[in-house]
Amino acid sequence: MLENYIPIIVLFGIAIVLAIILMSLSRLLGPYRPNKNKLNPYESGMDPVGQAKERYSIGFYLVAMEFIVFDLEVIFLYPWAVGFLDLGLEAFFAMTIFIVILFIGLWYTLKIGTLDFSMKPTLANR
Amino acid sequence: MDYLYDLNTFLPATIMAAAGLVAILMAAYKARIGNIFNFTIVALVMALAVSIRDLFGPDGTAFFDMIAYGGTAAFGAFLVTLGTLFCVVISRDYLEAIDHHYREVYAMILFGSTGMVGLAVSNDLIMLFLGVETMSICLYVLAGLIKGEKIGAESALKYVLLGAFSTGFLLYGIALIYGATGATSYAVVAGAAEATPLFLAGTALLLVGFFFKISAVPFHMWTPDVYQGTPTTLTAYFATASKAASFIALVLVLSRMIPEIEGVELTQLLQVIAILTMIVGNLIALVQDNVKRMLAYSSIAHAGYILVGLAAGTPEGYTGVLYYLFAYTIMNIGAFGVIAYYERNHALDFTDVHNYAGLGYKFPVMGVLLSVFLFSLIGIPPFVGFLGKYYVFAAAVNAGLVTLAVIGVLASAASVFYYLRVMVYLYFREPHKEYQLVRPGALFKYSLILLGILTLWYGIEPIFPTDSLIELISTYY
Repeated sequence: MLENYIPIIVLFGIAIVLAIILMSLSRLLGPYRPNKNKLNPYESGMDPVGQAKERYSIGFYLVAMEFIVFDLEVIFLYPWAVGFLDLGLEAFFAMTIFIVILFIGLWYTLKIGTLDFSMKPTLANR
Repeated sequence: MDYLYDLNTFLPATIMAAAGLVAILMAAYKARIGNIFNFTIVALVMALAVSIRDLFGPDGTAFFDMIAYGGTAAFGAFLVTLGTLFCVVISRDYLEAIDHHYREVYAMILFGSTGMVGLAVSNDLIMLFLGVETMSICLYVLAGLIKGEKIGAESALKYVLLGAFSTGFLLYGIALIYGATGATSYAVVAGAAEATPLFLAGTALLLVGFFFKISAVPFHMWTPDVYQGTPTTLTAYFATASKAASFIALVLVLSRMIPEIEGVELTQLLQVIAILTMIVGNLIALVQDNVKRMLAYSSIAHAGYILVGLAAGTPEGYTGVLYYLFAYTIMNIGAFGVIAYYERNHALDFTDVHNYAGLGYKFPVMGVLLSVFLFSLIGIPPFVGFLGKYYVFAAAVNAGLVTLAVIGVLASAASVFYYLRVMVYLYFREPHKEYQLVRPGALFKYSLILLGILTLWYGIEPIFPTDSLIELISTYY
């Protein structure tokens, strides 16, 4: 039974050997001029070391909210798409209403300026 | 088209949801706030008309047994819509005066009420959870409306954290009940349920989640802080509409999902919770100087009286509960409305009872109205509060729970002190400082007067028993 796993071990071996070869090649052939920024762990541009208590712009949360709109849409669209033919016309209308409601939410967040990072997002006060 | 028929049975919530979507777009396009307000009122009046039609309609279930319509569920939808309408009407002047009149408030109220109606008509544990969440998320936003001040932040944060906590209980309970019975629909659960440890644990957790929402002791700690930090007219919304929805959902769960399962004895449990809630709520209310906190504790005490009717567990008890919720909605919105009127003349800390000295003579209509609502909250005839109390306590006595009814009456006698104290300050104390009250707006004043008339009318109405409200409700059970 265990011999079934031999191809996987071979695959792991090849991956490791290949990674070592490629890294050494790039080190040997390419230019090597290290500095502090280059040697930092990569964290999508954020400073990887710092205070745990940090304040973010509230704009990030609003963008996250927009992300949730699309996220929810996808969660419901996939099962619906899989069963589209069985579910029929009623499900089509139900999903249309659902998407319209989500779209209104997105419309609202765009309208109050969540993607406009130059300006502070405000509630539509007064 | 089955869908259209189903939608028709769910029309009040549908109207409010659609109106909420329009209102949020109006807010996004910076429409005049008066227009949003008027639009909200029109939508709510339509929803109220439809829900009154549904009161006399047939009953059954719709959307694949997800919701119930007619009967108790229709009464729940009616109660939520009625409470929302009055809260919105009195909110405008007040929010304008305290300078927190945001356009989004009305959309949030409409969405929240959609959730409340969904909760009150739920016939399935999934729908119940959906209703609770839709309602709560909007209420969290409204609780934090006084932003930039500590009191608003405290109120919103406490509500979010404890609300999320209680939702956890609710969801875990639903999961265990599903595990024990393999269903979420009330009727199917009732058919498949046995008193296994899994089912009992699920029921217990579900009830804990409910007790949080209706602020029954010992799950009441959040109530006073949240109520105090929320704008007063929205506190009325929290204390009436959302509570009524939770109670109606609880009635439906108790009567349809766990009616008579061998080995499950809920009366004992509800009795203990009711006694604790009545005693703790009334005792702590005695020492409150802040009128808003006093009303918060009094709302805990009222939850206790309503639990007396639930503990009776008979059709008579459930009828009493529904009538009590109606009485509680109109008199509590009235009381909060008058307090909002006094408060909006001054800073936010004007809810201290000592500052009420002599205010009763300043603008007599408001003083008289506050007295009417407080007398009704005490339960003195001929006001509607008396009848509500009479029906729940009578049901408890007829179900053999005499001790419970006696404790209830004694607790309610203790409540006389703190309600009358406000009136003593209004009429019999000399003011330390002269306040100039602004005149109330016409809409604000007349809606409060209407609530006062309803409080009086439904207190004497059963003398003429033909098509009285209580007769209508009693046909539901």
